Amino acid sequence: MHSLLSGTWPWYVAGPLIGLIVPLLLVVGGKVFGISSNLRHMCAAVPVPDSAKPSFLRYDWLRVGGWNMVFALGIVVGGWLATATLGVPDVGANISEATRADLSSLGITSLSGYAPADLFSWQSLGSPLGLLIVIVGGFLVGFGARWAGGCTSGHAISGLAALQAPSLVAVVGFFAGGLLITHLLYPVLLPALLGGGL
Amino acid sequence: MSVAAEVLDYECVDTEQVPPALRDSALQGASSGPAMLAYFAAGILLGVLFVRSEVASWFRIQEMFRFQSLHMYGIIGSAVVVAGLSLVIIRRLGVRTLHGEPIELTPKQWGAGQVRGARYWMGGSVFGLGWALIGACPGPMFALIGSGLGVMAAGLLAAMAGTWSYGVVQRYLPH
Repeated sequence: MHSLLSGTWPWYVAGPLIGLIVPLLLVVGGKVFGISSNLRHMCAAVPVPDSAKPSFLRYDWLRVGGWNMVFALGIVVGGWLATATLGVPDVGANISEATRADLSSLGITSLSGYAPADLFSWQSLGSPLGLLIVIVGGFLVGFGARWAGGCTSGHAISGLAALQAPSLVAVVGFFAGGLLITHLLYPVLLPALLGGGL
Repeated sequence: MSVAAEVLDYECVDTEQVPPALRDSALQGASSGPAMLAYFAAGILLGVLFVRSEVASWFRIQEMFRFQSLHMYGIIGSAVVVAGLSLVIIRRLGVRTLHGEPIELTPKQWGAGQVRGARYWMGGSVFGLGWALIGACPGPMFALIGSGLGVMAAGLLAAMAGTWSYGVVQRYLPH
């Protein structure tokens, strides 16, 4: 049982359960499933004077977004619970052979844990590559999600499920950006910065 | 500030999916203790799913953008199908919120800008660049922090900085 649960949960189990979050939130409180709004609520909650904030961040974040921040806190707890009980998934061993081969040819040596240790550690934050991946990457996620009015949950799941054409355009954009990084930037940048001893 | 900017400012804040006249009462009802417990429980379930299905992993995102496995497409696709069927059932049966309001989805608006849908494809592409770099969208970022990948907290702070910066330059961007 433990080994069954600690392996990759199949898509046909995880996907439908994620999909059920949409009607659950709607029925409990008329809420729409969209996680990136929390980034805005968290910014609005930063205790600095209103004059230091753009008007975009001046609103009653606790009243409007309190529920969503509780939801996000649940996600943090769920992440902890899943790891504390079943351990860190061995994703590198579970992904396809082709992806493993591609990543090692790009110079990624560690395939354990959730993310390559070459890119995701406190030490790597001090390197140009670590800064690009974690800090620039995070920044673009936060900037783009608000510009597009939603992220994977708000557009790819809530929006597509409600047959919203703007959400389909946003999802095409998500893939355009992701394919660009994966197929144009990474093949040049990763070997140079990981293998070249820079 | 122009009227258009005023409207933009409040767009995309969480809005109750009920008829506009009932939003205030829905917000009251949906902020009760039991409702909050339900959101928290739903969040826990989602966090567990993000980790155990490996959606929260940079490796899986790379696999997806390389089209080397069905896994991520199966998850997103089946989530959309189940959510979509649920919405059909909600509409057909006239399901109401637990507090009694009819459920009425707010449609996503095409912006008023000169380029149709600019915010969706431009903002979406910027999001996609970030998604492939950090290998996590906002939900998985929260799950990864919980699961002990501490450096993701720096990524979350960077994402907040991105959101804050968007708020500063919003009026200059096409929407």
